[in-house]
Order: sequence, then C-alpha cells, then structure tokens
Amino acid sequence: MTAIPMNQTDPTTESSPETEVVSLPTGDVLLGWLRDMMLIREFEVRSMQAYQNRLAGGFLHVYNGQEAVAVGTIAAVNSDDPVITAYRDHGHALARGMKPEVGMAELFGRIGGCAKGKGGSMHFFDAEHHMYGGHGIVGAQVPLGAGLAFATKYRDEVIDGGKSNHVTLCFMGDGAINQGAVHEAMNLAAVLELPVIFIVENNLYAMGTAVERCTAAGTHLVERARAYGMNAACLEGMDVLDVYRGMKPLVDRCRETSRPCWIDMRCYRFKGHSMSDPRKYRTHEEEEQWESRDPIERLAAWLVDRDLLTGENFKQLGKQVRSDIRQAVKWAEASPPPGLEELHHDVYTGNWGPYTGTSKPEFLRRRRDDQETSGA
Amino acid sequence: MREISFRDALREAMSDEMRRDNRVFLIGEEVAQYDGAYKVSKGMLDEFGPKRVIDTPISESGFAGLGIGAAMMGLRPIVEFMSWSFSLVAADPILNNAPKMLYMSGGQFGCPIVFRGNDGAGGQLGSTHSWCVESMYANVPGLKIIIPSTPYSAKGLLTQAIQDDDPVFCLESERMLSMTGDVPEESYTIPIGTADIVRTGSDCTIVSFGRPVHFCLEAAEALAREGIDCEVIDGRSIKPLDIDTFAASVRKTNYCVVVDQSWSFASVGSEVAAELHRVCFDDLDNHVHRVHSDDVPAPYASNLEQEMLPNARKICEAVRSVTYNA
Repeated sequence: MTAIPMNQTDPTTESSPETEVVSLPTGDVLLGWLRDMMLIREFEVRSMQAYQNRLAGGFLHVYNGQEAVAVGTIAAVNSDDPVITAYRDHGHALARGMKPEVGMAELFGRIGGCAKGKGGSMHFFDAEHHMYGGHGIVGAQVPLGAGLAFATKYRDEVIDGGKSNHVTLCFMGDGAINQGAVHEAMNLAAVLELPVIFIVENNLYAMGTAVERCTAAGTHLVERARAYGMNAACLEGMDVLDVYRGMKPLVDRCRETSRPCWIDMRCYRFKGHSMSDPRKYRTHEEEEQWESRDPIERLAAWLVDRDLLTGENFKQLGKQVRSDIRQAVKWAEASPPPGLEELHHDVYTGNWGPYTGTSKPEFLRRRRDDQETSGA
Repeated sequence: MREISFRDALREAMSDEMRRDNRVFLIGEEVAQYDGAYKVSKGMLDEFGPKRVIDTPISESGFAGLGIGAAMMGLRPIVEFMSWSFSLVAADPILNNAPKMLYMSGGQFGCPIVFRGNDGAGGQLGSTHSWCVESMYANVPGLKIIIPSTPYSAKGLLTQAIQDDDPVFCLESERMLSMTGDVPEESYTIPIGTADIVRTGSDCTIVSFGRPVHFCLEAAEALAREGIDCEVIDGRSIKPLDIDTFAASVRKTNYCVVVDQSWSFASVGSEVAAELHRVCFDDLDNHVHRVHSDDVPAPYASNLEQEMLPNARKICEAVRSVTYNA
C-alpha cells in the first residue's frame, strides 16, 4: 500500500468499488514511462532556467512533482483520445507526444513553437497529438472538455455511425473546482451522458490557498462528483503505477458506458504556483516529506527491485534525457521570432481588413474532407 | 415571393443548413421540447431528433463552452441564448475562448460556431434583460457580428454565419420576430460585412443596424415631407463593418447620422463616426451626428423606456441638426 497524503483521507478508502486487478504493461513500456517523466522533469528544469535568463517570459507554471499524473493517465487512454488541461500544461503536452523542442520554442516565443509563439507557456496546443490546450483561465477548459466529449459522441452517433468510442481526459487543478463553469460542465456531462473523465490534480493548494481554506468538505472532493451522479474515485497521484492501475478500469468503464467520471488525484507540486511564488504558505518539512515520494525515484526503485532497470541504466537514461532537452533548447534558440506578418495572421480564417487568413487552413479543410468522405 | 415571419426565416436558415451538413446542431435552453422560448426552433426536434436539437440546463457558461469544444473538433454548433442579456454570464467562453482559439493555437484549432439570440430593449423587461451587446462585444478581435433587420436578411445572414469558419454572433430582436417579409424558399447567403441601401436619397445618409433601421425609415418618410431626402443604409453586419458603402453614400449626401441602439460611449456609433471622419473628412459638411439609447439603465416604465431608445423623433431631430435645418 502506498503512503497516505498528509492531512487527507486515505485514497484507498475513497476509491470506486472496482476491485479488478489491472495488469501492468511490459517492462519496456514502463521504462518508457520513466523516460517520459524524466523528460518532463528535465524540460521544467530547463524552462525555469530559461525563465531566469529571460529567454521565456510571461507566467511560467512548472509541473515538477506531478509527472506521474500526466504520464499515468495518458498511458491509460488511446493515443487519439482528446486531452485538454489548464495552464500548468507542459507535462500533459509532452506526455501526449509533443516534441520538447516545439514546446521549448513556444516558451521562447519563437516561430517554431507549437502555436508559433502566439500562445506561450499556458497555451500548448498540438492538433497532431490530440492536445486541445493549454487554457489560461482557471476552470475555463472544463466546459470545453465536455464539448470535446460531446463531439466524439456526436461523430459516432450522427456523422459516421462509427464506434470510435473516444474518452476525453479533462484536467483541472483543485483551485478550479470552486468555479461555476466547472459545476455547469459537470452537470452537463452527467445530463448529456458524455464520455469525459474529469481529473482534478489536487496538489493541495489553489495558488497559495490551501484546499481546506477555500473548499467546503475539501477532504472529500469525490462527494461533489457523486452529487452529480458521477462515478468518482480518489487516486494516489505520486506513483505512476497507482495512477495507471486506478485509471484503466475507469477509462474502460467510461468508454463502455459513455458516462462521465471524476477523479480526485492526490499529488504535490514541488515548486511554487509560478516563478514568483515564495511558498510562504507551506513548510519546508511538508515539502521535504512530499519530495521523498518523488514519482521518478519511486518508479526507478520499483524497476530496479524487479531487475527491469539497473542503477547504471538509470544514470544513462538521465544523461540521454538531459542531452535531449539540451538539444531542444538549442533548437528553440535557433528558431527565429515570428515575423511581424504573423501579428495579423490566424485572427480570422479568411482575409479582410488588416487580417491575412490563417497559417493552417489545410487543417480546417482536412476536417471538411473527412466529413465528405464519410458520406455526409 | 412568399411572405414569412422573421422567426420562420431564422428557422429556415438553421434547418436548411442542418439538412445540408450533419455537423450542424442546435443547442440551448428550451430549444427542443418547448419548441424554443420564442418558437424560433419550432418543429426542429421532430425533424432532427434529440441528438441534434439539444435542450440544456440553465448554464450559459457551460453550454457555450461545450459548443466551443465541439467546434474545436470540427462540428458546427448553433448556440441559442434566449437573450443576449444572458450571455454575460458566459463572457469567458464567448469572448476569451471562441474568438481567440485560432490565434492562440497558431492556426491549429478553429472555432466555427454561431451564437444567436435576442438583443435589445423594448419589451419593458427592465435593465438586466434589455442589453444591446453589440458595442461591448464588437471590441473583441476574432469574432464577427451580424444584426439582421428583416426576415430576408435574417435567413441569408444566418445561413452565411453557419457556413462561416469563424465564430459569428447573430443579434436578433424579440420585437421583430413576428415581423413578416418576402423571403425566397430556396437557400441563399448574404456575405457578412455587406450593408444594404434600403432607401435612396440625396440630402443626408442615415446608417443604422438591426431594429432601429425601421425607425430610420419612419423618420425618412417624415423628413421627406419636410423636403429632406434621406438615404437609409442597413449595416446588416457590425463586424466587419461595411464602411465603403457608408462612405460612398456620404460622398453623395455630405451629411450623416448614425443610429445605434447601444449606449454611446465607445460604441458602434462612435466607431462608424470615427471611420467616416477618417475616410470622408473632405466630403462632410458637418460632423457625423449620433443617435443612441440614453446612457442610463433601461427603465421598466413604458414611457421612460421609449424615451430612452432611439426613435423616429430623435432621428428626425438629428437629421435636421446635422443638415442645418434645425
């Protein structure tokens, strides 16, 4: 059994009634998860450096400590299932398959960035990898996530009579759960029976305000979802294997029943809310305790115990990841800033007034072609 | 040509597009079983079924956001607000998400969505239900705004809006839904951003949008009896604005009055005036005069409300004043 988050109820007693034993993927896949988590961590280390060196501007919210959540949840869905999240989005984008250099270039405000430098840290979009952002307003992405799930279901039922049965992953922080839009979206998802999994990355603080200071019945968040008639579970988010094992049956059930699901995912952000946060609202002791449960160290130890990894391999992997991210930084630095012609580009899809259409009209067109070939 | 009502024209646009393109669906409060709070969607549930005509809870922020997510995935939602006054609680999705999605994603995700509903005062609904949102929303880049004043333009503009790849706000008026007019049976479109000269004249140009266009026509008839021959232009779209058509008329008449039912400060009316002063500076024999709703919350009492809104009397006064006939 895994450790219990401090000041919280035991996730295992809060979990949904599923008792099914989830088998883990092969060692190679697990090593891939380890690499993904290390890649995210290293990406964030370098993005903080870049921020301090003023290569990256605006706000920067890093994901250190929560890597197991993005990697474990995204591993539990199909690669073409939609994913949407809030502003602490680098981890989800990378776990989804975004190339680190493309993410880094976005932080640097360069043309090679995922949004050509027009979105920044909080707005990582990647259509190819079904990553629907990166949204900066707390809770705003949650109705959108319900809409993605609505669209996948609508495509199956109205357009292609298909059975793609997509499941949408809609992430939010614990600070989002007191936003009205989130409750509206939860209710809509339940009433319209949408195949969406709402994942609350409960890192215990809404910016600097502890959950218990801002959220009624904050230790029993699952009750909120159950009030909407939703399947809900509390999962341990510091261990990628726990995340995956907890997620898999919920994903399967959501896919099968087209009913929404809600997860209180207990985790901790090792760094501040953003780069300007002195973290005076929590103690060093608390931080150290959580850091001792580092999800990367934890998976590495588990793999070593089972002879799936040696200390030497782990070191090599670290080297490789550092080199990959170093290359990503170099690539991003070499990418030029967007030309001034980009200023009036992508505002509207067509040309009028000062506007010059959009850079990827082929993307919109492709969707129309899909529609036509599917017999609309 | 047959005559149908404004609400029937709106319904025909939606139904035609839903028959043509199965990505189009209608969602909003009371749009399905109730046949629409104002009967605009009457019968659509029977034809298209509950998967494409969808009742929602009273959650504007939630279902507006849901529509935007669906549009990101390539569907073409029509989101009905019972009133644009209720869209204020959905300000974040309609202003922060829909119009910025294409830009912030670097062109990866578009947002082909239509938001539509009743706009404007006149029914003694009090201030919270009497919003004219056009000036406030027109300030935001990335969206388009249409504001039909006749059944003919309602069908053509809404059809174009549904086919458009950008987010379009369609501002209708509860006070006009029963108005009838000539509307072709076949489907047609009116390009967004094109104005219509609804009365030709040589002495003064009157530019207006939506319901007040009818007050302008009424004023023009009265002024004609005084010997002032007005040209009345129905803007039909607010974003983009068809300044070229307004300017061509002003170059002929040398005088202009803009009639805009929203408040005057930083408004559609002030934008039209500023643009005309820029492009027709040498053609104008007076500065552009403006008629707006008074800068007060919409009152309930009928006499006060009518006094607050633009009306033919105020328009006549403005035209006499701008043409030095006061």
